[in-house]
Amino acid sequence: MLEALDLECTRGERVLFSGLGLRVEPGTLLRVAGPNGTGKTSLLRVLCGLLQPTHGEMRWRGEPIRALKEEYWSALAYVGHLNGVKDDLTAVENLRASAGIAGLEADKGALRGALDAVGLVGFEDSLARFLSQGQKRRIALARLFLSGKVPLWILDEPFTALDARGVASLSALVARHLAGDGIVVLTTHQEVPVDAARAETVELGNGQGTPC
Amino acid sequence: MLRTLAAVVRRDLLLAFRQRADVANTLLFFVVVVTMVPLGVGAEPNLLRSIAPGVVWVAALLAAILSLNRLFAADFADGTLEQMLISAEPLPLIVLGKTAAHWLVTGVPVTVIAAVLGIMFDLGVGETATLMASLALGTPVLSLIGAVGAALTLGLRGGGVLVSLLVLPLYVPVLILGAGSVEAVAAGLGGGPYLLLLGALALFAIVLTPWAVAAALRISVE
Repeated sequence: MLEALDLECTRGERVLFSGLGLRVEPGTLLRVAGPNGTGKTSLLRVLCGLLQPTHGEMRWRGEPIRALKEEYWSALAYVGHLNGVKDDLTAVENLRASAGIAGLEADKGALRGALDAVGLVGFEDSLARFLSQGQKRRIALARLFLSGKVPLWILDEPFTALDARGVASLSALVARHLAGDGIVVLTTHQEVPVDAARAETVELGNGQGTPC
Repeated sequence: MLRTLAAVVRRDLLLAFRQRADVANTLLFFVVVVTMVPLGVGAEPNLLRSIAPGVVWVAALLAAILSLNRLFAADFADGTLEQMLISAEPLPLIVLGKTAAHWLVTGVPVTVIAAVLGIMFDLGVGETATLMASLALGTPVLSLIGAVGAALTLGLRGGGVLVSLLVLPLYVPVLILGAGSVEAVAAGLGGGPYLLLLGALALFAIVLTPWAVAAALRISVE
């Protein structure tokens, strides 16, 4: 269970949101909505522990994430706005490097399997610089297939640059993760094409994030 | 833990291999700076012998500074650094892996090239061996202290100049001990104490700087 208590976040002089409270139970899809520049990405970075809120705190299973650190991060998979994909590495080398950095164990079969699952069959050994934006996005999303047992996924605009089939397969993946009592937090400007038994939305934008 | 360390080192070495022109630039810079000096001060063998250690060491410092922006900037720009910050493995460990890879592609080649430069400056066998030993012990310190500067100036405009101002004063002890060891051997005193002190500095830097770099990275990425 992920909780946020009375979060406030400022960038520069501007207060993005304040007094934001969240409580996300296992099996829930949380969608962060709001116009551009209202702090959606900042909120996700706060949830990841990459950004310290100016006020309030985040809790994971009742413990503050500031204290949990690596223990919390081992329960988290984050696909950010930036892909974290190196142009000078091939698709499979990129994925192996990401797994190594995250501390995940991944053999050759698992890496190929993850790339197959995101529809990169035949591109495993192409340098990322020769791949399209959408294909690079798929390499980043392939990390989710490696982190099978990680309960919390935080995805920043996961559907951008994906084609219709990519959107469908990612939605199916998210739905399967939710069905297995996982938590997914995502931002998107599209209608969320995910069947979720429990879905909640946080609307940002009026300076006062209030869960609806 | 060791698996993560190995994975980070392997990834950075592979990237350095794919971007070998960048790496070669640093080494070429080192060689060119050192070879310029005899042209400037004249080819008097006694003079060259006495200035050789200082010249090689100063060039090694400058080459290290030049290569520092390669350490974190690319990972910061493409989002890999975010993934490192939220890794399930300790961040100082990942930092140690990245600095080790940096040392392997800058410090180690500089140490090897110094053997050839020693001949150029007409150094004896004992002096050249001491010069190489001092570089082998000193260049890890350059990479590690440099990483602190690189992490602190990450994402700043004009960070390249700022990093030299931050890091060069901290390199002074390494420079004095490194050049001093060769001069001591040339004077017949033996360079042992200098090398021991350099080794102590290296151990000190290996233990402490990864924590400082990790803290600096968390601040810079916010």
